[in-house]
Amino acid sequence: MTHPIPQAVRLRDAVASRGGRPVLRGVDLTVRPGEVVALLGANGSGKSTTVKTVIGSVPLERGTLELFGTPHGSFRAWHRIGYVPQRTTAASGVPATVREVVSTGRLPQHRLLPFRRKDREAVDRALAAVGMLERAGDGVADLSGGQQQRVLIARALVGSPDLLIMDEPMAGVDAASQQVLADTLRAEVGRGAAVLLVLHELGPLEPLIDRAVVLRDGCVAHDGPPVPNTGLHALPGHDHVHPHADLTPPRLLA
Amino acid sequence: MTEMLSYDFMQRALLAAVLVGITAPAVGIYLVQRRQALMGDGMGHVAMTGVGLGFIFQTSPVWMAVLVCVLGAVTMELVRSRGNQRGDIALAMLFYGGMACGKLLVSLSAEAGSGSLESYLWGSILTVAPADLAAIAVLGAVVIAVTVGLRRQLFAICQDEDFARVTGLPVRTLNLLLAVMAAVTVTVAMRVVGLLLVSALMVVPVVAAQQLTRSFAATQAASIALGVVVSLAGVTGSYELDVPSGPAIVLLAIAVFAVFSALAAPLARRRHRGDTEHGPKICDVRLPAQTPERTSPDTTTPEGRAGLAQ
Repeated sequence: MTHPIPQAVRLRDAVASRGGRPVLRGVDLTVRPGEVVALLGANGSGKSTTVKTVIGSVPLERGTLELFGTPHGSFRAWHRIGYVPQRTTAASGVPATVREVVSTGRLPQHRLLPFRRKDREAVDRALAAVGMLERAGDGVADLSGGQQQRVLIARALVGSPDLLIMDEPMAGVDAASQQVLADTLRAEVGRGAAVLLVLHELGPLEPLIDRAVVLRDGCVAHDGPPVPNTGLHALPGHDHVHPHADLTPPRLLA
Repeated sequence: MTEMLSYDFMQRALLAAVLVGITAPAVGIYLVQRRQALMGDGMGHVAMTGVGLGFIFQTSPVWMAVLVCVLGAVTMELVRSRGNQRGDIALAMLFYGGMACGKLLVSLSAEAGSGSLESYLWGSILTVAPADLAAIAVLGAVVIAVTVGLRRQLFAICQDEDFARVTGLPVRTLNLLLAVMAAVTVTVAMRVVGLLLVSALMVVPVVAAQQLTRSFAATQAASIALGVVVSLAGVTGSYELDVPSGPAIVLLAIAVFAVFSALAAPLARRRHRGDTEHGPKICDVRLPAQTPERTSPDTTTPEGRAGLAQ
Protein backbone atom coordinates (compact mmCIF):
# COMPACT_ATOMS: atom_id res chain seq x y z
CA MET A 1 0.00 0.00 0.00
CA THR A 2 1.38 3.36 -1.07
CA HIS A 3 -0.49 5.37 1.56
CA PRO A 4 0.55 5.06 5.18
CA ILE A 5 -2.95 6.09 6.27
CA PRO A 6 -5.59 3.75 4.83
CA GLN A 7 -8.03 5.25 2.38
CA ALA A 8 -11.57 5.88 3.62
CA VAL A 9 -13.08 4.14 0.58
CA ARG A 10 -11.24 1.90 -1.85
CA LEU A 11 -13.51 0.34 -4.44
CA ARG A 12 -11.75 -1.66 -7.15
CA ASP A 13 -13.27 -3.01 -10.37
CA ALA A 14 -16.79 -3.02 -8.93
CA VAL A 15 -19.36 -4.97 -10.93
CA ALA A 16 -22.96 -4.99 -9.70
CA SER A 17 -26.45 -5.37 -11.11
CA ARG A 18 -29.93 -4.53 -9.91
CA GLY A 19 -32.93 -6.61 -10.86
CA GLY A 20 -30.78 -8.61 -13.29
CA ARG A 21 -29.69 -5.47 -15.19
CA PRO A 22 -25.93 -4.75 -15.03
CA VAL A 23 -25.45 -1.27 -13.56
CA LEU A 24 -21.75 -1.13 -12.62
CA ARG A 25 -19.26 -2.58 -15.11
CA GLY A 26 -15.93 -2.14 -13.32
CA VAL A 27 -15.94 1.04 -11.26
CA ASP A 28 -12.84 2.23 -9.39
CA LEU A 29 -13.45 4.78 -6.65
CA THR A 30 -11.12 6.07 -3.96
CA VAL A 31 -11.84 8.57 -1.20
CA ARG A 32 -8.82 9.64 0.85
CA PRO A 33 -9.13 10.78 4.47
CA GLY A 34 -10.28 14.40 4.60
CA GLU A 35 -11.07 14.51 0.89
CA VAL A 36 -14.36 15.69 -0.66
CA VAL A 37 -15.25 13.63 -3.72
CA ALA A 38 -18.27 14.36 -5.91
CA LEU A 39 -19.77 11.47 -7.84
CA LEU A 40 -21.43 12.86 -10.97
CA GLY A 41 -23.27 11.38 -13.92
CA ALA A 42 -26.55 11.31 -15.77
CA ASN A 43 -29.62 9.47 -14.44
CA GLY A 44 -29.02 5.73 -14.63
CA SER A 45 -25.24 6.06 -14.89
CA GLY A 46 -24.76 4.11 -11.62
CA LYS A 47 -24.10 6.87 -9.06
CA SER A 48 -26.58 5.66 -6.46
CA THR A 49 -25.68 2.01 -7.06
CA THR A 50 -21.99 2.83 -6.48
CA VAL A 51 -22.90 4.39 -3.13
CA LYS A 52 -25.13 1.43 -2.27
CA THR A 53 -22.26 -0.98 -2.91
CA VAL A 54 -20.03 1.14 -0.65
CA ILE A 55 -22.53 0.90 2.23
CA GLY A 56 -23.12 -2.78 1.47
CA SER A 57 -26.81 -2.75 0.55
CA VAL A 58 -26.08 -3.80 -3.05
CA PRO A 59 -23.72 -6.81 -3.18
CA LEU A 60 -20.63 -6.80 -5.41
CA GLU A 61 -20.59 -9.46 -8.13
CA ARG A 62 -16.92 -8.82 -8.81
CA GLY A 63 -14.27 -6.52 -7.41
CA THR A 64 -13.19 -5.52 -3.93
CA LEU A 65 -14.23 -2.94 -1.37
CA GLU A 66 -12.15 -1.71 1.53
CA LEU A 67 -13.35 0.78 4.14
CA PHE A 68 -10.58 2.43 6.18
CA GLY A 69 -8.22 -0.33 5.04
CA THR A 70 -10.49 -3.18 6.17
CA PRO A 71 -12.19 -5.50 3.66
CA HIS A 72 -15.94 -4.87 3.65
CA GLY A 73 -16.78 -8.35 4.93
CA SER A 74 -14.86 -7.88 8.17
CA PHE A 75 -15.52 -4.14 8.61
CA ARG A 76 -17.15 -3.45 11.98
CA ALA A 77 -16.30 0.20 12.69
CA TRP A 78 -19.63 1.45 11.34
CA HIS A 79 -19.59 4.36 13.78
CA ARG A 80 -16.95 5.92 11.47
CA ILE A 81 -19.47 6.23 8.61
CA GLY A 82 -22.42 8.62 8.35
CA TYR A 83 -24.91 7.99 5.56
CA VAL A 84 -27.57 10.29 4.11
CA PRO A 85 -29.76 8.30 1.72
CA GLN A 86 -31.48 9.77 -1.31
CA ARG A 87 -35.11 10.24 -0.49
CA THR A 88 -38.01 12.61 -0.56
CA THR A 89 -39.34 11.98 2.94
CA ALA A 90 -38.11 10.96 6.37
CA ALA A 91 -41.61 9.93 7.47
CA SER A 92 -42.92 6.35 7.79
CA GLY A 93 -46.26 4.73 8.64
CA VAL A 94 -46.13 5.68 12.34
CA PRO A 95 -45.44 9.20 13.63
CA ALA A 96 -41.91 9.81 14.90
CA THR A 97 -40.30 12.95 16.27
CA VAL A 98 -37.23 14.62 14.82
CA ARG A 99 -35.34 13.54 17.94
CA GLU A 100 -36.35 9.89 17.56
CA VAL A 101 -35.20 9.77 13.93
CA VAL A 102 -31.87 11.46 14.67
CA SER A 103 -31.32 9.17 17.70
CA THR A 104 -31.09 6.12 15.41
CA GLY A 105 -27.77 7.57 14.21
CA ARG A 106 -26.43 6.97 17.70
CA LEU A 107 -27.06 3.19 17.62
CA PRO A 108 -23.42 2.27 16.82
CA GLN A 109 -22.40 4.01 20.05
CA HIS A 110 -24.92 2.79 22.62
CA ARG A 111 -25.85 -0.51 20.92
CA LEU A 112 -27.97 -2.55 23.34
CA LEU A 113 -27.28 -0.28 26.29
CA PRO A 114 -29.82 2.35 27.31
CA PHE A 115 -29.76 5.76 25.65
CA ARG A 116 -27.73 7.96 28.00
CA ARG A 117 -27.13 11.62 28.61
CA LYS A 118 -24.05 11.78 26.39
CA ASP A 119 -26.07 10.22 23.55
CA ARG A 120 -28.77 12.80 24.09
CA GLU A 121 -26.21 15.61 24.04
CA ALA A 122 -24.74 14.30 20.78
CA VAL A 123 -28.24 14.36 19.25
CA ASP A 124 -28.72 17.96 20.46
CA ARG A 125 -25.38 19.01 18.93
CA ALA A 126 -26.20 17.42 15.57
CA LEU A 127 -29.64 19.06 15.53
CA ALA A 128 -28.13 22.44 16.41
CA ALA A 129 -25.59 22.05 13.57
CA VAL A 130 -28.39 21.85 11.01
CA GLY A 131 -30.54 24.46 12.77
CA MET A 132 -33.29 22.03 13.76
CA LEU A 133 -32.86 21.90 17.55
CA GLU A 134 -36.02 23.88 18.27
CA ARG A 135 -38.01 21.39 16.13
CA ALA A 136 -36.67 18.34 18.05
CA GLY A 137 -40.07 17.45 19.51
CA ASP A 138 -42.03 17.91 16.28
CA GLY A 139 -43.14 15.06 14.05
CA VAL A 140 -40.95 14.57 10.97
CA ALA A 141 -44.05 14.29 8.79
CA ASP A 142 -44.91 17.93 9.62
CA LEU A 143 -41.62 19.25 8.18
CA SER A 144 -40.92 20.53 4.67
CA GLY A 145 -38.74 18.51 2.28
CA GLY A 146 -35.68 20.66 2.97
CA GLN A 147 -36.17 20.37 6.73
CA GLN A 148 -36.54 16.58 6.48
CA GLN A 149 -33.28 16.47 4.52
CA ARG A 150 -31.62 18.44 7.34
CA VAL A 151 -32.95 15.89 9.85
CA LEU A 152 -31.43 13.05 7.81
CA ILE A 153 -28.12 14.91 7.72
CA ALA A 154 -28.23 15.42 11.50
CA ARG A 155 -28.85 11.67 11.84
CA ALA A 156 -25.65 11.01 9.87
CA LEU A 157 -23.64 13.59 11.85
CA VAL A 158 -24.68 12.42 15.31
CA GLY A 159 -21.86 9.87 15.61
CA SER A 160 -19.14 12.35 14.40
CA PRO A 161 -18.24 10.15 11.41
CA ASP A 162 -14.85 10.10 9.65
CA LEU A 163 -16.60 9.49 6.33
CA LEU A 164 -19.84 11.15 5.31
CA ILE A 165 -21.72 9.63 2.37
CA MET A 166 -24.54 11.73 0.90
CA ASP A 167 -26.78 10.69 -1.98
CA GLU A 168 -28.18 13.75 -3.82
CA PRO A 169 -28.42 15.94 -0.70
CA MET A 170 -29.41 19.03 -2.72
CA ALA A 171 -32.32 17.44 -4.60
CA GLY A 172 -35.62 19.16 -3.84
CA VAL A 173 -34.12 21.31 -1.06
CA ASP A 174 -35.09 24.99 -0.60
CA ALA A 175 -32.47 27.74 -0.71
CA ALA A 176 -32.30 28.19 3.10
CA SER A 177 -31.69 24.47 3.63
CA GLN A 178 -29.10 24.41 0.82
CA GLN A 179 -27.19 27.12 2.66
CA VAL A 180 -27.39 25.19 5.95
CA LEU A 181 -26.21 22.09 4.12
CA ALA A 182 -23.22 23.84 2.55
CA ASP A 183 -22.25 25.35 5.93
CA THR A 184 -22.60 21.98 7.67
CA LEU A 185 -20.49 20.30 5.02
CA ARG A 186 -17.82 22.99 5.36
CA ALA A 187 -17.74 22.44 9.15
CA GLU A 188 -17.45 18.67 8.71
CA VAL A 189 -14.60 19.05 6.20
CA GLY A 190 -12.92 21.48 8.60
CA ARG A 191 -13.16 18.82 11.30
CA GLY A 192 -11.25 16.47 8.99
CA ALA A 193 -14.05 14.22 7.75
CA ALA A 194 -13.92 12.72 4.26
CA VAL A 195 -17.05 13.23 2.15
CA LEU A 196 -18.47 11.23 -0.75
CA LEU A 197 -21.24 13.23 -2.43
CA VAL A 198 -23.57 12.04 -5.15
CA LEU A 199 -24.61 15.10 -7.16
CA HIS A 200 -26.51 15.72 -10.35
CA GLU A 201 -24.36 18.79 -10.97
CA LEU A 202 -21.69 20.57 -8.98
CA GLY A 203 -23.86 23.61 -8.16
CA PRO A 204 -23.34 25.64 -4.96
CA LEU A 205 -21.16 22.97 -3.32
CA GLU A 206 -18.50 23.30 -6.02
CA PRO A 207 -15.90 25.30 -4.01
CA LEU A 208 -15.79 22.51 -1.41
CA ILE A 209 -15.10 19.69 -3.83
CA ASP A 210 -11.54 18.37 -4.22
CA ARG A 211 -12.18 15.80 -6.92
CA ALA A 212 -14.97 14.83 -9.28
CA VAL A 213 -15.63 11.30 -10.50
CA VAL A 214 -17.99 11.13 -13.47
CA LEU A 215 -19.81 7.90 -14.25
CA ARG A 216 -21.26 7.01 -17.63
CA ASP A 217 -23.11 3.74 -18.30
CA GLY A 218 -21.59 2.11 -15.22
CA CYS A 219 -17.99 3.07 -16.05
CA VAL A 220 -15.76 5.87 -14.78
CA ALA A 221 -15.52 8.50 -17.55
CA HIS A 222 -13.54 11.11 -15.62
CA ASP A 223 -11.57 11.18 -12.37
CA GLY A 224 -9.84 14.45 -11.54
CA PRO A 225 -10.30 18.02 -10.42
CA PRO A 226 -13.75 19.49 -10.92
CA VAL A 227 -14.06 21.92 -13.82
CA PRO A 228 -15.01 25.29 -12.29
CA ASN A 229 -18.28 27.04 -13.09
CA THR A 230 -19.53 24.26 -15.28
CA GLY A 231 -21.82 21.41 -14.60
CA LEU A 232 -21.75 17.96 -15.98
CA HIS A 233 -21.99 19.21 -19.57
CA ALA A 234 -18.41 20.37 -19.93
CA LEU A 235 -16.77 17.30 -18.45
CA PRO A 236 -15.21 14.71 -20.73
CA GLY A 237 -17.41 11.78 -21.38
CA HIS A 238 -20.63 13.73 -21.34
CA ASP A 239 -22.81 12.68 -24.23
CA HIS A 240 -23.90 16.03 -25.57
CA VAL A 241 -27.02 15.47 -27.60
CA HIS A 242 -28.68 18.52 -29.14
CA PRO A 243 -32.34 18.20 -30.00
CA HIS A 244 -31.90 20.46 -33.06
CA ALA A 245 -29.17 18.33 -34.62
CA ASP A 246 -30.51 16.74 -37.78
CA LEU A 247 -29.53 13.16 -37.12
CA THR A 248 -30.62 12.81 -33.49
CA PRO A 249 -34.45 13.06 -33.38
CA PRO A 250 -35.21 9.34 -33.85
CA ARG A 251 -33.02 8.49 -30.88
CA LEU A 252 -34.60 11.14 -28.72
CA LEU A 253 -38.10 10.05 -29.59
CA ALA A 254 -37.36 6.39 -28.99
CA MET B 1 -68.75 -8.53 37.72
CA THR B 2 -67.74 -10.68 40.72
CA GLU B 3 -69.90 -13.50 39.33
CA MET B 4 -68.00 -13.26 36.05
CA LEU B 5 -64.65 -13.40 37.84
CA SER B 6 -65.65 -16.47 39.85
CA TYR B 7 -65.53 -18.68 36.76
CA ASP B 8 -62.17 -20.28 35.99
CA PHE B 9 -62.67 -19.97 32.24
CA MET B 10 -63.36 -16.25 32.56
CA GLN B 11 -60.23 -15.71 34.66
CA ARG B 12 -58.21 -17.46 31.97
CA ALA B 13 -59.94 -15.54 29.18
CA LEU B 14 -59.29 -12.18 30.89
CA LEU B 15 -55.62 -13.03 31.53
CA ALA B 16 -55.24 -14.07 27.91
CA ALA B 17 -56.96 -10.85 26.85
CA VAL B 18 -54.43 -8.75 28.78
CA LEU B 19 -51.51 -10.59 27.16
CA VAL B 20 -53.01 -10.30 23.70
CA GLY B 21 -53.86 -6.65 24.26
CA ILE B 22 -50.19 -5.95 25.02
CA THR B 23 -48.47 -8.13 22.42
CA ALA B 24 -50.58 -7.48 19.32
CA PRO B 25 -50.07 -3.67 19.18
CA ALA B 26 -46.47 -3.98 20.46
CA VAL B 27 -45.57 -5.97 17.32
CA GLY B 28 -48.15 -4.43 15.03
CA ILE B 29 -46.67 -0.94 15.35
CA TYR B 30 -43.54 -2.06 13.46
CA LEU B 31 -45.63 -3.57 10.66
CA VAL B 32 -47.64 -0.35 10.40
CA GLN B 33 -44.41 1.66 10.43
CA ARG B 34 -43.12 -0.38 7.47
CA ARG B 35 -46.51 -0.01 5.74
CA GLN B 36 -47.09 -3.76 5.96
CA ALA B 37 -50.27 -3.43 7.99
CA LEU B 38 -51.91 -6.42 6.31
CA MET B 39 -49.02 -8.81 6.97
CA GLY B 40 -50.69 -10.05 10.17
CA ASP B 41 -53.74 -10.93 8.13
CA GLY B 42 -51.67 -13.18 5.88
CA MET B 43 -50.06 -14.86 8.87
CA GLY B 44 -53.51 -15.55 10.30
CA HIS B 45 -54.38 -17.41 7.10
CA VAL B 46 -51.16 -19.41 7.21
CA ALA B 47 -51.74 -20.30 10.86
CA MET B 48 -54.93 -22.13 9.83
CA THR B 49 -52.78 -24.88 8.36
CA GLY B 50 -51.15 -25.23 11.77
CA VAL B 51 -54.53 -25.53 13.46
CA GLY B 52 -55.50 -28.16 10.88
CA LEU B 53 -52.33 -30.11 11.57
CA GLY B 54 -53.06 -29.92 15.31
CA PHE B 55 -56.51 -31.44 14.67
CA ILE B 56 -55.09 -34.23 12.51
CA PHE B 57 -52.28 -35.21 14.89
CA GLN B 58 -54.38 -34.63 18.03
CA THR B 59 -51.75 -32.27 19.43
CA SER B 60 -52.09 -28.73 20.71
CA PRO B 61 -53.24 -26.51 17.82
CA VAL B 62 -51.46 -23.54 19.48
CA TRP B 63 -47.97 -25.05 19.22
CA MET B 64 -48.64 -26.44 15.73
CA ALA B 65 -49.84 -23.01 14.65
CA VAL B 66 -46.70 -21.42 16.13
CA LEU B 67 -44.54 -23.80 14.10
CA VAL B 68 -46.36 -23.30 10.78
CA CYS B 69 -46.76 -19.58 11.30
CA VAL B 70 -43.06 -19.05 12.06
CA LEU B 71 -42.15 -20.95 8.88
CA GLY B 72 -44.63 -18.85 6.93
CA ALA B 73 -43.33 -15.60 8.44
CA VAL B 74 -39.72 -16.45 7.63
CA THR B 75 -40.75 -17.21 4.03
CA MET B 76 -42.61 -13.89 3.81
CA GLU B 77 -39.61 -11.99 5.18
CA LEU B 78 -37.27 -13.65 2.65
CA VAL B 79 -39.65 -12.74 -0.19
CA ARG B 80 -39.84 -9.13 1.09
CA SER B 81 -36.11 -8.66 1.60
CA ARG B 82 -35.32 -9.93 -1.91
CA GLY B 83 -37.47 -7.07 -3.22
CA ASN B 84 -38.81 -9.43 -5.87
CA GLN B 85 -41.32 -7.77 -8.17
CA ARG B 86 -43.43 -10.95 -8.25
CA GLY B 87 -43.27 -11.01 -4.43
CA ASP B 88 -46.94 -10.17 -3.98
CA ILE B 89 -47.93 -13.17 -6.09
CA ALA B 90 -45.77 -15.47 -3.95
CA LEU B 91 -47.43 -14.05 -0.84
CA ALA B 92 -50.91 -14.56 -2.32
CA MET B 93 -50.10 -18.24 -2.95
CA LEU B 94 -48.88 -18.60 0.62
CA PHE B 95 -51.95 -16.92 2.17
CA TYR B 96 -54.63 -18.73 0.16
CA GLY B 97 -52.73 -22.02 0.25
CA GLY B 98 -52.52 -21.75 4.04
CA MET B 99 -56.22 -21.11 4.45
CA ALA B 100 -57.33 -23.83 2.01
CA CYS B 101 -54.93 -26.35 3.51
CA GLY B 102 -56.19 -25.57 7.03
CA LYS B 103 -59.84 -26.13 6.18
CA LEU B 104 -59.01 -29.31 4.26
CA LEU B 105 -57.02 -30.78 7.15
CA VAL B 106 -59.73 -29.93 9.69
CA SER B 107 -62.41 -31.58 7.55
CA LEU B 108 -60.29 -34.75 7.33
CA SER B 109 -59.74 -34.94 11.09
CA ALA B 110 -61.83 -36.83 13.62
CA GLU B 111 -63.26 -33.61 15.04
CA ALA B 112 -64.64 -32.53 11.69
CA GLY B 113 -68.04 -30.89 11.77
CA SER B 114 -67.97 -30.18 15.47
CA GLY B 115 -67.64 -26.48 14.70
CA SER B 116 -64.45 -26.14 16.69
CA LEU B 117 -62.64 -24.50 13.77
CA GLU B 118 -65.14 -21.69 14.20
CA SER B 119 -63.67 -20.81 17.60
CA TYR B 120 -60.19 -20.49 16.08
CA LEU B 121 -61.49 -18.25 13.31
CA TRP B 122 -63.45 -15.79 15.45
CA GLY B 123 -62.07 -16.25 18.96
CA SER B 124 -63.92 -17.72 21.90
CA ILE B 125 -63.64 -17.05 25.61
CA LEU B 126 -64.80 -20.55 26.48
CA THR B 127 -61.89 -22.27 24.80
CA VAL B 128 -58.84 -20.90 26.59
CA ALA B 129 -57.64 -24.11 28.25
CA PRO B 130 -55.12 -24.03 31.15
CA ALA B 131 -52.44 -25.47 28.83
CA ASP B 132 -53.24 -22.77 26.25
CA LEU B 133 -52.90 -20.07 28.90
CA ALA B 134 -49.42 -21.33 29.85
CA ALA B 135 -48.36 -21.26 26.18
CA ILE B 136 -49.86 -17.79 25.69
CA ALA B 137 -48.08 -16.49 28.82
CA VAL B 138 -44.64 -17.83 27.81
CA LEU B 139 -44.91 -16.67 24.19
CA GLY B 140 -46.39 -13.32 25.19
CA ALA B 141 -43.54 -12.63 27.61
CA VAL B 142 -40.97 -13.31 24.87
CA VAL B 143 -42.78 -11.02 22.41
CA ILE B 144 -43.04 -8.18 24.94
CA ALA B 145 -39.37 -8.50 25.92
CA VAL B 146 -38.24 -8.31 22.28
CA THR B 147 -40.59 -5.63 20.94
CA VAL B 148 -40.22 -3.25 23.88
CA GLY B 149 -36.61 -4.09 24.77
CA LEU B 150 -35.30 -3.71 21.21
CA ARG B 151 -37.49 -0.69 20.42
CA ARG B 152 -34.66 1.52 19.17
CA GLN B 153 -33.17 -1.21 16.97
CA LEU B 154 -36.49 -2.32 15.48
CA PHE B 155 -37.55 1.31 15.00
CA ALA B 156 -34.34 1.93 13.07
CA ILE B 157 -34.74 -1.02 10.67
CA CYS B 158 -38.41 -0.24 10.01
CA GLN B 159 -37.74 3.50 9.58
CA ASP B 160 -34.86 3.20 7.11
CA GLU B 161 -33.34 -0.19 6.36
CA ASP B 162 -30.35 1.12 4.37
CA PHE B 163 -29.43 3.57 7.09
CA ALA B 164 -29.79 0.90 9.78
CA ARG B 165 -27.34 -1.28 7.86
CA VAL B 166 -24.75 1.52 7.93
CA THR B 167 -25.11 1.79 11.72
CA GLY B 168 -23.86 -1.80 11.84
CA LEU B 169 -27.14 -3.33 13.03
CA PRO B 170 -27.66 -6.99 12.04
CA VAL B 171 -30.55 -5.96 9.77
CA ARG B 172 -31.33 -9.40 8.37
CA THR B 173 -31.38 -11.04 11.81
CA LEU B 174 -33.58 -8.29 13.24
CA ASN B 175 -35.99 -8.54 10.30
CA LEU B 176 -36.30 -12.29 10.82
CA LEU B 177 -36.74 -11.78 14.55
CA LEU B 178 -39.55 -9.29 13.90
CA ALA B 179 -41.23 -11.68 11.46
CA VAL B 180 -41.04 -14.50 14.03
CA MET B 181 -42.45 -12.22 16.74
CA ALA B 182 -45.36 -11.30 14.47
CA ALA B 183 -46.01 -14.99 13.80
CA VAL B 184 -45.91 -15.82 17.51
CA THR B 185 -48.30 -12.95 18.24
CA VAL B 186 -50.79 -14.26 15.70
CA THR B 187 -50.89 -17.60 17.48
CA VAL B 188 -50.98 -16.00 20.93
CA ALA B 189 -53.98 -13.89 19.90
CA MET B 190 -55.71 -16.69 18.00
CA ARG B 191 -57.74 -18.02 20.96
CA VAL B 192 -59.07 -14.63 22.02
CA VAL B 193 -59.54 -12.62 18.82
CA GLY B 194 -59.58 -15.40 16.24
CA LEU B 195 -57.34 -15.89 13.22
CA LEU B 196 -59.44 -13.79 10.87
CA LEU B 197 -59.34 -10.75 13.16
CA VAL B 198 -55.83 -11.05 14.64
CA SER B 199 -54.49 -8.46 12.24
CA ALA B 200 -57.10 -5.92 13.35
CA LEU B 201 -55.79 -5.97 16.93
CA MET B 202 -52.24 -5.52 15.61
CA VAL B 203 -53.20 -2.53 13.47
CA VAL B 204 -56.29 -0.71 14.78
CA PRO B 205 -54.97 0.28 18.25
CA VAL B 206 -51.81 1.63 16.58
CA VAL B 207 -53.60 3.76 14.00
CA ALA B 208 -56.09 4.91 16.65
CA ALA B 209 -53.27 5.99 19.01
CA GLN B 210 -51.34 7.78 16.28
CA GLN B 211 -54.27 10.11 15.64
CA LEU B 212 -53.27 11.84 18.87
CA THR B 213 -49.51 11.22 19.21
CA ARG B 214 -46.42 12.69 17.59
CA SER B 215 -43.65 10.36 18.80
CA PHE B 216 -43.07 6.67 18.19
CA ALA B 217 -42.52 5.89 21.87
CA ALA B 218 -45.82 7.54 22.86
CA THR B 219 -47.63 5.77 20.02
CA GLN B 220 -46.33 2.40 21.18
CA ALA B 221 -47.26 3.03 24.83
CA ALA B 222 -50.72 4.39 23.96
CA SER B 223 -51.49 1.58 21.51
CA ILE B 224 -50.57 -1.05 24.11
CA ALA B 225 -52.79 0.64 26.70
CA LEU B 226 -55.61 0.80 24.17
CA GLY B 227 -55.09 -2.83 23.18
CA VAL B 228 -55.43 -3.96 26.80
CA VAL B 229 -58.56 -1.84 27.40
CA VAL B 230 -60.42 -3.00 24.28
CA SER B 231 -59.42 -6.64 24.82
CA LEU B 232 -60.68 -6.66 28.41
CA ALA B 233 -63.84 -4.78 27.48
CA GLY B 234 -64.43 -7.05 24.48
CA VAL B 235 -64.05 -10.25 26.52
CA THR B 236 -66.39 -8.85 29.20
CA GLY B 237 -68.89 -7.88 26.52
CA SER B 238 -68.61 -11.34 25.03
CA TYR B 239 -69.56 -12.84 28.43
CA GLU B 240 -72.42 -10.43 29.09
CA LEU B 241 -73.98 -10.48 25.63
CA ASP B 242 -73.04 -14.02 24.58
CA VAL B 243 -71.27 -12.98 21.36
CA PRO B 244 -67.85 -14.12 20.03
CA SER B 245 -65.01 -12.20 21.66
CA GLY B 246 -63.06 -11.39 18.47
CA PRO B 247 -65.70 -9.27 16.75
CA ALA B 248 -66.55 -7.54 20.05
CA ILE B 249 -62.90 -6.53 20.59
CA VAL B 250 -62.36 -5.39 17.02
CA LEU B 251 -65.55 -3.33 16.81
CA LEU B 252 -64.64 -1.61 20.09
CA ALA B 253 -61.17 -0.81 18.74
CA ILE B 254 -62.67 0.65 15.56
CA ALA B 255 -65.06 2.76 17.66
CA VAL B 256 -62.07 4.14 19.60
CA PHE B 257 -60.33 4.87 16.30
CA ALA B 258 -63.39 6.82 15.09
CA VAL B 259 -63.53 8.89 18.30
CA PHE B 260 -59.77 9.61 18.21
CA SER B 261 -59.84 10.67 14.56
CA ALA B 262 -62.70 13.06 15.33
CA LEU B 263 -60.59 14.53 18.15
CA ALA B 264 -57.42 14.73 16.03
CA ALA B 265 -58.38 17.67 13.78
CA PRO B 266 -59.21 20.20 16.54
CA LEU B 267 -56.12 19.10 18.52
CA ALA B 268 -53.83 19.62 15.51
CA ARG B 269 -55.37 23.05 14.95
CA ARG B 270 -54.64 24.00 18.56
CA ARG B 271 -51.10 22.67 18.27
CA HIS B 272 -50.41 24.76 15.16
CA ARG B 273 -52.10 27.91 16.47
CA GLY B 274 -48.73 29.25 17.57
CA ASP B 275 -47.28 28.75 14.07
CA THR B 276 -49.68 31.14 12.36
CA GLU B 277 -48.74 34.08 14.58
CA HIS B 278 -45.52 34.58 12.59
CA GLY B 279 -47.14 35.10 9.19
CA PRO B 280 -50.15 36.98 7.86
CA LYS B 281 -53.59 35.48 8.49
CA ILE B 282 -54.51 35.35 4.82
CA CYS B 283 -52.59 35.96 1.61
CA ASP B 284 -53.36 39.63 0.85
CA VAL B 285 -50.47 40.36 -1.52
CA ARG B 286 -51.88 41.26 -4.93
CA LEU B 287 -49.76 40.25 -7.89
CA PRO B 288 -50.31 42.83 -10.65
CA ALA B 289 -49.67 40.39 -13.49
CA GLN B 290 -52.25 37.87 -12.30
CA THR B 291 -55.14 40.10 -11.23
CA PRO B 292 -56.55 41.13 -14.62
CA GLU B 293 -56.15 37.66 -16.11
CA ARG B 294 -58.30 36.10 -13.44
CA THR B 295 -61.22 38.50 -13.89
CA SER B 296 -61.28 38.76 -17.69
CA PRO B 297 -58.67 37.22 -20.00
CA ASP B 298 -56.93 40.03 -21.83
CA THR B 299 -56.64 39.19 -25.53
CA THR B 300 -55.42 42.59 -26.69
CA THR B 301 -51.81 42.13 -25.59
CA PRO B 302 -49.45 39.53 -27.05
CA GLU B 303 -48.96 38.01 -23.58
CA GLY B 304 -52.70 37.62 -23.12
CA ARG B 305 -53.12 36.01 -26.53
CA ALA B 306 -50.23 33.66 -25.85
CA GLY B 307 -51.81 32.70 -22.57
CA LEU B 308 -55.12 32.00 -24.28
CA ALA B 309 -53.48 29.98 -27.03
CA GLN B 310 -51.98 27.61 -24.48
